[in-house]
Amino acid sequence: MSSPPKPADLVTVNIDGREIAVPKGTNVIEAARQLGIEIPHYCYHPKLSVSGNCRMCLIEMGLPALDPATRQPLIDPATGLPRINWMARPQVGCATNASPGLHIRTTSPLVEDCRHGVTEFLLLNHPLDCPICDQAGECQLQEYSTSYGRGYSRFVESKNVKPKRTQLGPRVTLDDERCILCSRCIRFCREIVRDDVLGFIDRGSYSTLACYPGRRLENNYSLNTVDICPVGALTSTDFRFKMRVWFLKPTPSIDTESSVGVNTEVWSREGVIYRITPRRNDAVNDTWMADSGRMLYKLVRADNRLTDARINGASTTREGAIQAAAELLKAGSVAIVGSGRSSVEEQFLAKKLAEALQAPAWLVSRVGQGDGLLISADRNPNVRGALVIGLIKALPDSGVGGGLLRRGPGGGTGPDPVEIGIGGLASLAAQIDAGQVKTILAIGEDLAAAGLTAAQLGKVAIVYLGTHRNPTSDAARVLLPTLTVFEKNGTFINQQFRLQKFARAVPGPQEVADDLGILCGLLGAAGGASIPPDLATLWSIISTEVKPLGGVSYATIPPDGLQLDAAPFASLPFAEGETLHYQPAAKAVVATA
Amino acid sequence: MPYVVERTPLTFAERTYLPQILGGLKTTWKHLFSPKVTLEYPEERPTIPPGYRGVPTLVKDPNGREKCVSCQLCEFVCPPKAIRITPGAIPADAPTANVEKAPQAFDIDMLRCIYCGLCQEVCPEEAIFLQNQYSLSGYSRGDLVNHKDRLYELGGTLPDLHFKWDKKRAAEQAGRAQH
Repeated sequence: MSSPPKPADLVTVNIDGREIAVPKGTNVIEAARQLGIEIPHYCYHPKLSVSGNCRMCLIEMGLPALDPATRQPLIDPATGLPRINWMARPQVGCATNASPGLHIRTTSPLVEDCRHGVTEFLLLNHPLDCPICDQAGECQLQEYSTSYGRGYSRFVESKNVKPKRTQLGPRVTLDDERCILCSRCIRFCREIVRDDVLGFIDRGSYSTLACYPGRRLENNYSLNTVDICPVGALTSTDFRFKMRVWFLKPTPSIDTESSVGVNTEVWSREGVIYRITPRRNDAVNDTWMADSGRMLYKLVRADNRLTDARINGASTTREGAIQAAAELLKAGSVAIVGSGRSSVEEQFLAKKLAEALQAPAWLVSRVGQGDGLLISADRNPNVRGALVIGLIKALPDSGVGGGLLRRGPGGGTGPDPVEIGIGGLASLAAQIDAGQVKTILAIGEDLAAAGLTAAQLGKVAIVYLGTHRNPTSDAARVLLPTLTVFEKNGTFINQQFRLQKFARAVPGPQEVADDLGILCGLLGAAGGASIPPDLATLWSIISTEVKPLGGVSYATIPPDGLQLDAAPFASLPFAEGETLHYQPAAKAVVATA
Repeated sequence: MPYVVERTPLTFAERTYLPQILGGLKTTWKHLFSPKVTLEYPEERPTIPPGYRGVPTLVKDPNGREKCVSCQLCEFVCPPKAIRITPGAIPADAPTANVEKAPQAFDIDMLRCIYCGLCQEVCPEEAIFLQNQYSLSGYSRGDLVNHKDRLYELGGTLPDLHFKWDKKRAAEQAGRAQH
């Protein structure tokens, strides 16, 4: 009894002869996962309820034999270990919870037999669609068929025929023949989105996944059903037949559509992005993301992408444009319009520019309706970054004097048109009218959309850094094209004050420089400090100058983010309501009071 | 110490060179009257043995359906990365709509191809074959990239043992009738 005392809620289970202490109630699949033992499964999903219908996770289980008189475990005299009563029949692992002394066998002949049997039954009616199936390469049925399949079929009858190519909704296509009836999609819609549109109809081998009559699977989370489908039954209409997944390279990234900061994976091949999927982060988004965020990759190859540096509309070199911009900035009466879509590093450089030019800084606000799940009311991914860095002291006025954007976030290609109020520049507009501002440095923000009129834009010289063409880029005196979030490295701070990294998935257009390079160039040319445009060096400066980020270096930020102290900003009236894993501070106070 | 090679002096017969010349002429005369083995290429062409690995081609089934479904396994397995496929969907009103998927573009760069035959081996639809074509030339690098049209022209039609997709469509129609 030399082992340290265990916390009360931990129980020791024995899996394949190895012991592990897990919290009471942990199911066997998760306990085995911690030991590095994989129990194959289809219907079990760590973030959904347990349904236990695929029978793939069958295991043998046993409990210590108790003396009927004393209720004490019986000890086997031969080994000196407790005697185990093994159950005669296999149990499902997903619905077996850890209890004291639980013994599990995952490799016994009975378990292997069960897996072979289940696989054979699942493959009876499964079509030989692998060459044309988008799931091939990441299909659990394919993987387990390699491990537990027979290699040939003993089935001599004709396979079942079910509807193929059903449009369940605007973004999801269903192939019913491939469905193995695991019900993950049904449980997801019911439990996570609370939009209970899917269900099984008919009986036995005629069972078919279908939508409730008159309804469609069109909620903004419908594509998660495609992610969790263990086979190729639910496929994304957008990604359908575009590229085989084994060619695609995943890059960790962050969804920029709101301040939730959903962790994502961007799948690209040879510099072209094909799809975006969620990346598991139990503190932020679990394993989910909204459909609207998955369409954002279309901005990379949009027709209105800016590629040339321009002065007064005429194409020029990048260096020339930076020089021209620096001349304008050095002339004085400058206002800086920063962006809640810029990374922390870019906002830090914007702050340095503001200090060097002694210019006031604004931030454009973007406030819409939160959906209570993974899209928050604040549609800027990094307003917290601007606060932490010190680019702004207070939150921008939400929507005051701003325009109303009414289109999908994917440039009109996204799911549903959303209304987002853009604004926060009312005081800047007043200063322009009063003639106090002569030059505006707009970093990635369309000033016209944020509420400045064409007349106001005409009164000032605009230096515009941006990715896509808009009224501000047209009106700009100096135009410097920059990169989208998929083409650069950086960090965002989400609504929980969690510092999260995103990485470059694809190279940007050849002529376009990195945002950091342009901002460092502007800073140097405008008479500020000379900072190399390199994330490691930049972070060594940030960690010394910005107190909340002290001691942080870019390389050591964990893949699932670094939680910062939110206390200094707790009094600010943030726009966000409750979302998954996030409680607004004000409400939390009410709840505890 | 240098090693000294002892040279035996030539005999008289050797010094006349006549035995060597006559020996050479004997070989020449023998070949003059033996059967010809030279092939008058390119007027004459050799017979290609079965299993020969020539230029990779795409084939159609006897009904004229293009067999490739653009699964891209050949692109994946190709050691010199000579194959490049752009997958695409078959329109819903096409007669082979039940196959769902077909290549939009299929390029094989013959400057890269090493004729290993892995593409043929890996193809789950029996759509790509290395056939008899062994002679190819072009005036530019672009000429030596075989596009989809050229690949089908070279491949032609091969017999099919399975008619997998036709059976599947028949089952689909029969199955719908039962429901």
